[in-house]
Amino acid sequence: MSTTHVVDGIDETLTPLQGRPPLNVVYEWLTTVDHKKIGLMYIAYALIFLIVAGVEATLMRIQLAIPNNHFVSPQVFNQLFTMHGTTMVFFVGMPILFGFGNYLVPLMIGARDMAFPRLNAFSFWISAFAGVLLYFSYVGASGLYAAGSAPDVGWFAYAPLTAKVFSPGHSTDYWTLAVFLSGIGSIGTALNIVTTIICMRCKGMKMSRMPLLVWLYLVMASLVFVAVSPLTAAQIMLTFDRYIGSHFFDTQAGGSAVLWMHFFWIFGHPEVYVLVLPAFAFVNEIVPVFSRKAIFGYPAMVAASVGIAFISLSVWAHHMFTVGMGAAANTFFVFATMVISVPTGIKIFNWLATIWGGHVIFRTPMIFCVAFLFQFLVAGLTGIMLSVAPFDWQLGNSYFVVAHFHYVLVGAILTALFGAFYYWYPKITGRMMSETLGKWHFWLFIIGFHLTFDFMHVPGLLGMPRRIYTYEAGRGWEGWNIIVGIGAIFQAAGTLCFVYNLIESYFKGKEAGPDPWDAWTLEWSTTSPPPDYNYAVLPAVRSRRPLWDLKHPDDPDSDYE
Amino acid sequence: MMRDANAIPIDSPLETPWTLPYRGTVGMVCLIVAESAIFIIFVVAYIFYIGKSLTGPTPAQVLELPIFGTVCLLSSSITVHFAVAALRKGKMTGCTGWLAGTVLLGSIFLITTAREWYHLIHDEGLTIQTNLFGTTYYSLVGLHATHVVVGLIMLSLALGFSLFGLVTEEHSEKLETLSLYWHFVDAVWVVVFTVVYVLGR
Amino acid sequence: MFLSPGRKKTVHCVGGSNSNWALRAVACSFALLVNRIDAQSPTNIFAPAATPAHSIFNLSMLVFGVTLVIFLVVAGLLLYALIRYRHRPENSNHEPAQIYGSNQIELSWTVIPILIVVVLFLSTTRVILGTQAIPEPDSAMNVTVIGHQFWWEYRYPQSGVVTANELHIPTSDPAHPTPTYLTMSSADVAHSFWVPRLAGKTDVIPNKINTMWIDPAQAGLYLGQCAQYCGTQHAKMLLRVYAQSPADFAAWINQQEQPAVQDFAGNAAAAEGQVVFMRNACINCHAIKGTVATGRFGPDLTHLASRDTLASGAVENTAENLRKWIDNPNSIKPGSLMPSMHLNNHDLDVITAYLTQLR
Repeated sequence: MSTTHVVDGIDETLTPLQGRPPLNVVYEWLTTVDHKKIGLMYIAYALIFLIVAGVEATLMRIQLAIPNNHFVSPQVFNQLFTMHGTTMVFFVGMPILFGFGNYLVPLMIGARDMAFPRLNAFSFWISAFAGVLLYFSYVGASGLYAAGSAPDVGWFAYAPLTAKVFSPGHSTDYWTLAVFLSGIGSIGTALNIVTTIICMRCKGMKMSRMPLLVWLYLVMASLVFVAVSPLTAAQIMLTFDRYIGSHFFDTQAGGSAVLWMHFFWIFGHPEVYVLVLPAFAFVNEIVPVFSRKAIFGYPAMVAASVGIAFISLSVWAHHMFTVGMGAAANTFFVFATMVISVPTGIKIFNWLATIWGGHVIFRTPMIFCVAFLFQFLVAGLTGIMLSVAPFDWQLGNSYFVVAHFHYVLVGAILTALFGAFYYWYPKITGRMMSETLGKWHFWLFIIGFHLTFDFMHVPGLLGMPRRIYTYEAGRGWEGWNIIVGIGAIFQAAGTLCFVYNLIESYFKGKEAGPDPWDAWTLEWSTTSPPPDYNYAVLPAVRSRRPLWDLKHPDDPDSDYE
Repeated sequence: MMRDANAIPIDSPLETPWTLPYRGTVGMVCLIVAESAIFIIFVVAYIFYIGKSLTGPTPAQVLELPIFGTVCLLSSSITVHFAVAALRKGKMTGCTGWLAGTVLLGSIFLITTAREWYHLIHDEGLTIQTNLFGTTYYSLVGLHATHVVVGLIMLSLALGFSLFGLVTEEHSEKLETLSLYWHFVDAVWVVVFTVVYVLGR
Repeated sequence: MFLSPGRKKTVHCVGGSNSNWALRAVACSFALLVNRIDAQSPTNIFAPAATPAHSIFNLSMLVFGVTLVIFLVVAGLLLYALIRYRHRPENSNHEPAQIYGSNQIELSWTVIPILIVVVLFLSTTRVILGTQAIPEPDSAMNVTVIGHQFWWEYRYPQSGVVTANELHIPTSDPAHPTPTYLTMSSADVAHSFWVPRLAGKTDVIPNKINTMWIDPAQAGLYLGQCAQYCGTQHAKMLLRVYAQSPADFAAWINQQEQPAVQDFAGNAAAAEGQVVFMRNACINCHAIKGTVATGRFGPDLTHLASRDTLASGAVENTAENLRKWIDNPNSIKPGSLMPSMHLNNHDLDVITAYLTQLR
């Protein structure tokens, strides 16, 4: 059965190698509303931009390897860090996490698709267009030489640098429009995820029986509504300022530059929780399976996740400790930021308790999750350091902050994502990824990650601010920048291994069967890959781990809930 | 170990009957939450800039309470509520009539806003460029008016379908979803009215 | 205390009253390690030279200590669990005991972090209030700082001096403090004033006035740079703070108060240069006290030759660099807002000769 328009004479169950016209395949994917295909398109799209943004990062590291380097001009460098940040957040992070959510959520709640399949497709395509629009800026205006009109205002586009008078031309507008459109796509997908989870769970799956991944996606999607919207509003205001002469951020007319900062960070801080909650989701599913134990403290995990989301709405101005808000405001935001470490710590301890007393199996998905646990711990601790406002007065806007947030984004989120890839690839394709290549990927990437981001903290402690295209000799920053650059090479090598593994395993991987990991959630009860309709007969569940109940009829979870 | 979905029992007795909320309502609530967040930012900007304009007319000098328009808009919430109630009971003409009333009242509101803006621009010289008050006033009221326009388009579509006899009792949940959006638009107006015309002057 | 060779700089590991000795020892060793690794860095935040930087340093030692302990405990437990509970062949035929949770354990690892948060929060609040909420003493010296793309303007309201890019302040004797209070705003976009050894950074924002204070006890040159991305040449908007003994500072400010040098007896080139300067568009952006040049868009040049660097620390202040800068600023600082003046060689020579006389 196919979900596509049926054309006479074409058997759509065949592959192109078996005689189906390739154009028919392309048409199917372009017009699909199936959550699994849309999810995969999101993921593939994000991986392409991951490589592109990775190249941008590498170019920056080369420029910064030695003082007073002339590898790229300051104008190009400023575009590189703006594009790198904007791409990674909006066109890698959001799509890849929405992609996994799209694929997994309906399967894990025993549904056949998302609540609004056409909205799903629309959200993907508008986000995809937005990414292309952003990159068109490189060739727009003056063409590739001097890199066209690519945005160069930093990914947070502070006012009044973005005002027409300080940023003439269209670089800011490319940023604003691309991110605005991607925001619409994000709100659409988030709406879909929330509605799906609330309205389409299979029989017996009360909210308290949902897999933690589903809980975390519910919380993440809800957070998207209240997080992305402020940015959308601020971007409307910015565009009005630039084109119809309004004065939202026009300091000459009495407007406030700080107001933009508030609006941006009211988006920006919850946004990083939007990015990290799905990483928690993956770890919540993988660690129990590879420890052979149920997750420890399911209700506490749910409460902690919801708590983190709520508190994350109240901490935004810890990005503004140096702005001059006054002692009272600074103190409040110190407190709120420190408080968020409590539920975050609870999660780490619960993962520890899940592993404790289990039988830990170190297959590739699990070793990535182990790396996640250590690295997320460090990231959280450097976050606590930054939450101490006076310390942030030194460390803010320095390479210490850059190291901290890359520790979260790469060391926690990307690492958990790699684990998720290895874990669910067999379900998606029906084949196992290579363990050997997986281990090569892991070690190359982790060594590179630590070379780059451990040592990146040091220049920050030695006074190196961020977003500088070069620096003076004699500040003590040189050696560290070289080590940081070398780590990038290892990470690139690891990523190459990964991409090669993805492709090779598709053709040559061992057949996986429906449940290669002996897991317990509903997606493992259907074939690999699942049929278009997911489940021929919609399941009904009686506990949090329906497959555990089937495999252990003498000791089902339903007895304990 | 391999298990497929067929092995999971579906006909064993469950604790309670299994009903989940209607997708349209949940989706619309999500949209309302997101839109509320956007409006809140514009309201915050308005409040933040009260009294901070360097030049130009102040709210107290140029704004008058838009009583008539407000009454019309808020009444339209009542009419759309009756339209949904009528549809649920299968009374098509009633539904059509109430929908028409809603569209009419909403349009009157838009006209009063347009007249107010004409007066402000041509007689008082207040535009979005004039000062901070102009900037925040036109953007906030304008954002709301845009949402009214979208709502009116959707309601007119519903009215059109209803006039052609294409709407049945089965569609009552969908009409209710639309009416939820309309109630949201009215609720936003209550906030805008209070902040701009009452507190801000 | 630790003394690094060749420089009079110490790492202070004393101060603070309610910190655990062991924590401080551990954290201190870390700081010393970093210090040792780059003992030559003039912007090391662990080499504080003024009270704000000192109080931040002390607080940071506490924070490092606490986070280090947390890391060792949690990572240690994690490592132990991964090794002790790894899957062994004899485990293959059964699953381990399924433990779903425990309220007491959840409570314990909620309460302990809350207590740690309380300690950190109280220590932090003390430093915030101690830096931001104390009244300005009468003995303070005031300097107005105005951030520009891509240079720093300094005004001394108590004496009427206007200068650029190199901030001179008197040292402050801890027994009789004479801190310098900086009142800061921006003429264009957001910047940030960061001299790590003296204090944390404070943003310099248009239409907003921020204040900070510094009180170095030791004379010397303290380096820093703009720490808020402000455009193309954000990277070369460097900061140079010269702390001078009260006597030296008085002499400096006295010299700065004088109008520009006008007597070029014997130096025909300089005399001609002055004429050429005043006849060109230079005067629209630059000011030279006592002449018709009163522009404020660019740095004040009255005592240009008394500065060590040009273009806000970008290059050394030599005749050759100055000539190159005037000829084409983009050759030194591409993206700088000073346009190339398209002067012919002769004009360049004489203007350079003139400006190098402006001590």
